[in-house]
Amino acid sequence: LTTSTGTPARPLRVAIIGAGPTGFYVADHLLRNPGVAVEVDMLDRLPTPYGLVRLGVAPDHQKIKFVTNAFDKVAASPGFRFFGGVDFGKHVTLADLRAHYHQIVYCTGAQTDRRMGIPGEDLAGSHPATEFVAWYNGHPDYRDCVFDLSQESVAVVGVGNVAVDVVRILCRTPEELATTDIADYALDALRKSRVKEVYLLGRRGPAQAAFTNPEIRELGELPDADIAADPAEVELDPLSRAAVERSQDRATAKKVEILRAYARRPASGKSKRLVLRFLVSPVELIGDDAGRVAAMRLVRNELYATSTGALQPRATDRFEEIPVGLVFRSVGYRGVPLSGVPFNESWGVILNDKGRVLDPRTKEPLVGEYTAGWIKRGPTGVIGTNKPDAAETVECMFEDLARGAVLEPAHPEAAAADTLVRQRQPSFVSYNDWLKLDALEVAHGRAQGRPRVKLTSVEEMLAALGR
Amino acid sequence: MNIANILARKGSMAVTVRPEQSIREALALLERHNIGALIAVQGENPVGILSERDIVREAARNERFFALTVADLMTRDVITGQPHDDLLTVAHTMTERRIRHLPVVDKERLIGMVSIGDVVKAQRDHYQGEVDTLQTQLLAGESGLAH
Repeated sequence: LTTSTGTPARPLRVAIIGAGPTGFYVADHLLRNPGVAVEVDMLDRLPTPYGLVRLGVAPDHQKIKFVTNAFDKVAASPGFRFFGGVDFGKHVTLADLRAHYHQIVYCTGAQTDRRMGIPGEDLAGSHPATEFVAWYNGHPDYRDCVFDLSQESVAVVGVGNVAVDVVRILCRTPEELATTDIADYALDALRKSRVKEVYLLGRRGPAQAAFTNPEIRELGELPDADIAADPAEVELDPLSRAAVERSQDRATAKKVEILRAYARRPASGKSKRLVLRFLVSPVELIGDDAGRVAAMRLVRNELYATSTGALQPRATDRFEEIPVGLVFRSVGYRGVPLSGVPFNESWGVILNDKGRVLDPRTKEPLVGEYTAGWIKRGPTGVIGTNKPDAAETVECMFEDLARGAVLEPAHPEAAAADTLVRQRQPSFVSYNDWLKLDALEVAHGRAQGRPRVKLTSVEEMLAALGR
Repeated sequence: MNIANILARKGSMAVTVRPEQSIREALALLERHNIGALIAVQGENPVGILSERDIVREAARNERFFALTVADLMTRDVITGQPHDDLLTVAHTMTERRIRHLPVVDKERLIGMVSIGDVVKAQRDHYQGEVDTLQTQLLAGESGLAH
């Protein structure tokens, strides 16, 4: 008689691709279920876990990173293993995983940015905001990026939390940044920054801006940057005013109030100036003779209501030009297709139904393949939003297990998967290895009065582990 | 969060029907897909919506409702959503105007449908996530581990 999968004698073996928050939430939901015996192997292409909590969340927002304590608890569960530095598609293929696991979950996030689609976008000095974020956070793939911080005027396109993080980091003093876990090389570069004026550009009005009230309040409390806004731009248009009143949305009413106060605030002679702009879209980046960004041409927008009442921007025929030498775009993100995994091009996500990966031809679920997080629904929400999202996927996984719809791997033993990884990527990093690196970083940071000093290259990390 | 984020994790397209099809055929579709509404299309263009309510209302007073066509019972003045419509506004409009199903169009082409159930679930997950994240930060503040 064969023992059924999901019992202690034959645990359900799951591979999770991606060690960001979603991967940990999926692992947590899987391992906490008392009725099913589960073993989880988590793979990440980087040696370090936590995904964007380590490499996306701003260094001056340490409290948000506290969520990693919960991830460490999950990692300490029996049945959990981490294989850091193991790249899906390079070190292990889908066929390898099918031969070793009953279920596979893709939690790879939204790894690329949307383009603005305007002339001059690729001039020197125009960058995706995420590259700057990855750079100052010590992402091994971005540590060698160069940003021309000798420029005095910078535009950040977009008003989501990435855009707000970027303007804040640009406006902080070196002394403020020196108490964070910002990458050392980034701190050095920002010490020499000559940035004086930073524009934050929103295509819609203040009522539609994605930033939260705490985020916008923080921008008004920067020690060495004055905040400014155009009084006309922060006044609500009739459509926005009606929408705010109808929905009795107090948070948005408060946001507008904060912005109005900024528009009235006189400059106090701080060395930097942060300018909030609304209802404008870049239409062209203008280069100098050397092919570098020198200015940005903007069109003024107006709002119109769609049939559901949502307010969208529409270009007018009024244009203006602002001189800027550095541009960061943050106008949306999308997932990157994984080798052999069906992709939904329209939404930039893995083709799925509630987390079950679908066959693109039949639109029926593929046995044993799942997805969760941003690569499932698109980049939206805060870190915690991925928890209910992961729960939905895990519910599907257990439903499918109950009706026997799981893969039938040839090597379902934990030892076999371990052997596979050791063959393909001998320098993989285990969770214990990571905890050693973590302790090193924290100890190094303590000596400098910082939360940690990050190791920012794979070689450095392996050397620190004595390899 | 916007409508696109809801459609991204809904594998199935909206189930459609042609206006000239019979109510009997429409009922079979509702039953087969276990759904509450069909979108009537001409080509890829939505021209009406037929909900189980529309059929129940007619069945209560007309013994021969099976023989009617979709065009006879469908609602023609359809409110449609666009992928970038934000969730809060859509939730408000659907509640206020008592709409249970919202066809989603992109450049006049039908690309999916969201139900009030989808919207409520997305909103619930959104708030749950925010509460969770805020709690984590509060705990961080209390433990003094962060500065």
